[in-house]
Amino acid sequence: MAKMLVLHAAKCTGCQSCELACSFEHEGIFRPDASRIHVYKWEAESFSVPMMCQQCRDAACVTVCTPHALTRDPVTGLVGLSEDKCIGCKMCVQACPFGGAIWDEISSRIMKCDTCGGDPACARICPTGAIEWVDDVAAVRERKRGFAEKFKEAFSE
Amino acid sequence: MYAWQGKVLRVDLTRGTFSTEPLRTDWAKTYVGARGLGTKYMYEEVDPTVDPLSPENKMIMLSGPLTATFAPCGGRYEVVTKGPLTGAIAAANSGGAFGPELKFAGYDAIIFEGKAEKPVYLWIKDDKVEIRDAGALWGKNVPETTDALREVTDPDARVACIGPAGEKLSLIASIMNDHHRAAGRSGVGAVMGAKNLKAVVVKGSGAVQVADQKGFYEACLAAREKIKAHPVGGTGLRMYGTNVLTNILNEVGGYPTNNFQTGTFANADAVGGETVADKQLERPRGCYGCVISCGRGTKVTNPKYAGEGEGPEYESAWGFGGDCGVDDIDAVTKANYICNELGLDTISMGSTIACAMELYEKGCFTKEDTGGIDLSFGNAEAMVEITRLTGLVEGFGKELAQGSYRMAEKYGHPELSMSVKKQEIPAYDPRAVQGIGLNYATANCGAAHVRGYTISPEVLGVPVKVDKDDIESKPGLVKTFQDLTATIDSSGACLFTTFGIGADEYAAMMTTATGTTYSTDDIMTCGDRIFTLERLWNLKAGLTKADDTLPPRLLNEALTEGNSKGAVSHLDQMLPAYYELRGWDADGVPTPAKLEELGIQA
Repeated sequence: MAKMLVLHAAKCTGCQSCELACSFEHEGIFRPDASRIHVYKWEAESFSVPMMCQQCRDAACVTVCTPHALTRDPVTGLVGLSEDKCIGCKMCVQACPFGGAIWDEISSRIMKCDTCGGDPACARICPTGAIEWVDDVAAVRERKRGFAEKFKEAFSE
Repeated sequence: MYAWQGKVLRVDLTRGTFSTEPLRTDWAKTYVGARGLGTKYMYEEVDPTVDPLSPENKMIMLSGPLTATFAPCGGRYEVVTKGPLTGAIAAANSGGAFGPELKFAGYDAIIFEGKAEKPVYLWIKDDKVEIRDAGALWGKNVPETTDALREVTDPDARVACIGPAGEKLSLIASIMNDHHRAAGRSGVGAVMGAKNLKAVVVKGSGAVQVADQKGFYEACLAAREKIKAHPVGGTGLRMYGTNVLTNILNEVGGYPTNNFQTGTFANADAVGGETVADKQLERPRGCYGCVISCGRGTKVTNPKYAGEGEGPEYESAWGFGGDCGVDDIDAVTKANYICNELGLDTISMGSTIACAMELYEKGCFTKEDTGGIDLSFGNAEAMVEITRLTGLVEGFGKELAQGSYRMAEKYGHPELSMSVKKQEIPAYDPRAVQGIGLNYATANCGAAHVRGYTISPEVLGVPVKVDKDDIESKPGLVKTFQDLTATIDSSGACLFTTFGIGADEYAAMMTTATGTTYSTDDIMTCGDRIFTLERLWNLKAGLTKADDTLPPRLLNEALTEGNSKGAVSHLDQMLPAYYELRGWDADGVPTPAKLEELGIQA
């Protein structure tokens, strides 16, 4: 069964621990710009949400990648990057509607979420469970359950 | 060099110039960072007798070696300067994401010198630094300033700024960063105002590197798990925030009420963390790298006090709540929002209003003086209105903007100011809890709970229960807590991590981060060294043993009700033993032998 990263924005406290863990896991340093996940904050409203690659089935980044550096694994459902094939044209950055493909000026290369090889650090260290790595079927069911509970609240009184 | 950037930015506001210089790594090693390192720079560069609001005073913003790393709650920075409220060394600590951003921009510290001719702000984008005109921002509040600066710099920039209170040199003005986070105490906002420095804006793209990658990551993961598993650090603070303490302190009989006239508040629960969670809490918030999430993202819908923001924390809820006899949580939270927006320290503000209320009820001033405001205890509307006026430094608010001591002195009753070294005492009555009183009296920045939080063992039983009424155990307890706190503040991590970890974990993280070996003993010795250097600064500034005291009410007037009925503070019995433990003489002066032991050249 394939897995996916599920974001629960309501649980995110804006601590950005995921950015630290991601950059450290991949680069061995703490540099938020080198993180594949980024937390966006609305300070006035005390709201924040982490954003990362969605591993799309019909991925725009894969479609536009001329040297086929970006490919989708049909079994795991994950979009992978072969750095040796990448020519740094940044078309994936242009194409991705979610900002999931990142051009890093400092290391002069494309970076994207690789789910840390199947055990994503962001989900592992998120202190509040705002980022989860779960079976994709379970993920959908949890979302449905969440909304079903709202119906329950509305109609069970 | 690991965990540090090795670079300090020095800004001469008088000349409008700046330069970078290497970090004094020898000082960083022995004074750890942030609070300790800032004190060392002040000690070497600034005459302690300087007028805090003069151009000759310096203001230093510093991160620590653990700031912007995976260390749990490693998101802090410190503002070190001479405090205008106290005349003592000020070290105001704040979270949010400003400190880490400064480090990612490549700087361990910024030293501000002199005074700009007209309002300016500093814009730092990595190695690009600009001193820019802030004329159009002067007079704007904190959210307005923050949003306006992001528009003209970078939407993701971090902003630390002052509001009208700091501009108008209120001695209880704070420096606010990331909208809601405060370097709150000792009037540091007025120092920024006196320098005509409206804001510091930072965006960084650099990296922080540690010496032992694997070792550091493992040490941090272990520390994070310990905090997450702790009933206070992992659960209590996220659910109810620090304000979970209201009912606990009230039960103990140590919840200062009506300007410390009593130690219990009949309707305490109405302003407690449970009520906030029930009525106002939108979601818990965390500073950079936080695993605790004590921050309160709240909303008040009551049209009379409507607003949105963060808070109240326990101290704020107490200051505007029980200490003013106010049991309306919507009014309390509104007053907190106003402080965040106008740039005021909530503890000093709440306690100064409480003092004004007592002076008012004693007839020291009348409604005519206050501009028609009925400053009776319990008047929620008056409490909110006088907070607003103080933040704007308008009307009768001008009196409160000087802090409780100067206000009470002007009206002939300095003894009614509940302060130490002119800084307002936080939300724990030292009659009910002996150790915290000794800490208040000896904290180098003036009364502060976060210099030696003995409430942890004395009330909460963390890490072990210590009898709150016992006197003999307190000098040692206070020293231990003050020393560990000094190192944690200086490391760049949050003091609240002590709800889960201690000196052992800090030794492991500091060692693997910096590559310099710190034993558990070293962690405590560094704290002792930092605390003693602060003391030396204060002595040179003119403070004496006589300033290590508490308001006479707390020493002489026994609590009249509640579970600590009959208690007074026995400070006089604890202080001599405390001095001796610290290696200070009977006048509270560090002995030459002690200085030598700590490696301090006085």
